[in-house]
Amino acid sequence: MSEISEQQVAHLANLARIALTPEEISSLTSELDTIVDSIAKVQEVATPDVPATSHPVPLQNVFRDDVVGQTLTTEQALANAPESADGRFKVSAILGEEQ
Amino acid sequence: MARDRVMDFDKALELFEPVLGFEVHVELNTKTKMFSAAPNGFGDAPNTNISPVCLGLPGSLPVVNEQAVRYSISLGLALGCSIAPTSRFARKNYFYPDLAKNYQISQFDEPIAFEGQVDVELADGSVRTIPIERAHMEEDAGKLTHVGGATGRIQGAEYSLVDYNRAGVPLVEIVTKPIFGAEHDAPELAKAYVSTIRDIVIALGISDARMERGNLRCDANVSLRPRGQEKLGTRTETKNVNSLRSVERAVRYEIQRQAAILADGGTITQETRHWHEDTGTTSAGRPKSDADDYRYFPEPDLLPVVPSPELIEELRAALPEAPAIRRRRLKETWGFTDLEFQDVANGGLVAEVELTIAAGASPQAARKWWTGEISRLANVQGVEATSLVSPENVAALARLVEDGTLTDKLARQVLEGVVAGEGAPEEVVEKRGLAVVSDDGALIAAIDEALAAQPDVLAKIQDGKVQAAGAVIGAVMKAMRGQADAARVRELILERAAQP
Repeated sequence: MSEISEQQVAHLANLARIALTPEEISSLTSELDTIVDSIAKVQEVATPDVPATSHPVPLQNVFRDDVVGQTLTTEQALANAPESADGRFKVSAILGEEQ
Repeated sequence: MARDRVMDFDKALELFEPVLGFEVHVELNTKTKMFSAAPNGFGDAPNTNISPVCLGLPGSLPVVNEQAVRYSISLGLALGCSIAPTSRFARKNYFYPDLAKNYQISQFDEPIAFEGQVDVELADGSVRTIPIERAHMEEDAGKLTHVGGATGRIQGAEYSLVDYNRAGVPLVEIVTKPIFGAEHDAPELAKAYVSTIRDIVIALGISDARMERGNLRCDANVSLRPRGQEKLGTRTETKNVNSLRSVERAVRYEIQRQAAILADGGTITQETRHWHEDTGTTSAGRPKSDADDYRYFPEPDLLPVVPSPELIEELRAALPEAPAIRRRRLKETWGFTDLEFQDVANGGLVAEVELTIAAGASPQAARKWWTGEISRLANVQGVEATSLVSPENVAALARLVEDGTLTDKLARQVLEGVVAGEGAPEEVVEKRGLAVVSDDGALIAAIDEALAAQPDVLAKIQDGKVQAAGAVIGAVMKAMRGQADAARVRELILERAAQP
């Protein structure tokens, strides 16, 4: 049974800023569908006493002390910037807003 | 841009019930960022407080700042929230250059704190309880400067410059549930709520809470529903209203604007709106769209936060008293009348007055400066009083008046200098040469000169008409450029006139 539609894949591609051809959308749709089906199988065996797991390692509370460490210089920070000005990253004007 | 029509506030309230909601972002004043050891600083040169994590460079991994977690739990407890036994970070995915990673690390369905309430006191002394839905941890975004275009805003900009110093600064976002029943008090309640949150984080010592620096930012949600209707109306979210005064004005404006549309049979668009301080209006920002699908998922680079009951109880025990109780205590300690304290509280200046007293000023001096000259200057400039001058500088100013270095009049000039960025009060006194001339020798020289210039006045004084001294006082004060104590000058004039 198909869970994933081509519209959903096109929507996701748009959100992720990935340009896909119609052929790619079609093939990804069926691939994603297989993945969703496989995960659905796992969900079948998960009983209510199995908590949702976001990490495979049984660790928690891994913290850092609030102590200042090494920083980059502005030059290092900007070294890989395609463009910079006034010590800052230069980006094209974006039609949109801060989130 | 055409001005929106607005309806009279009272008329709007007659027809509609306003429902409010707030999202307040609090920047924590930790030494380092939320997920990296880069400094959390303000006002530094662009892109200096930066680590590979702040830039989302390949291979860099975030690690949670323990202090930020403790602060967040304390804030959650102060908001009367439950602390989640297990809390997780999540990625909020979006494309905007304010974060280099293309996602913000935030919390989604497992916030650190949830289900609380905050008591907010209005000017008339009544108390409203604001229901809190959640308080969650996240990272702040970098700062964009739009270059080109007429207004420096994003519309018409040619390009933007990004400073990532603020990217990764720890934030707690406090989200209320819908607030009903505010009615005519809605604008005042909005201001009082943000002011209370500000008092709480200052009392906790977890944020500098300076709204003009963006340490505390408020998004105000407003919707209206016709009287008698159960269903909530469509809401707008006015973003980044960054002073207490603006929060009040923005809520009032949105109520009036939405009422005018609804009364005309129109519909409200669900959208973000921008607040314009100069015109006191809001304008349409971005409508809700497909792009608002943030595809949250658990942050794979970070592990769950599981605060122990012992830690929670330790932090609970260390909480400062609740704002309402604190206000009553402060009023008593400071010996303020009801009216005096209300003045301070309504101006959102309780914390400032407290800090000023802690820095050495008398309660009355602290109160007079903040509610008097500083508030007046703030009004003239259309900014928040707290943005003009630090409590330490106000205390220093009060000290200079107390020890006779400055008269009240000179002190106001010094304050203007401090506000203009000329330095601490002592420095302004020095630079502007404003101290009171307490050197009797200099005063006597000026008095003798003035008396010699006005022999008829001298004769009158010697005749016993002491009120004639006023003319000489004026001349001496002028010669001293106002920097003399008039009472002392008068004393000396009478002394000199009495001498043969």
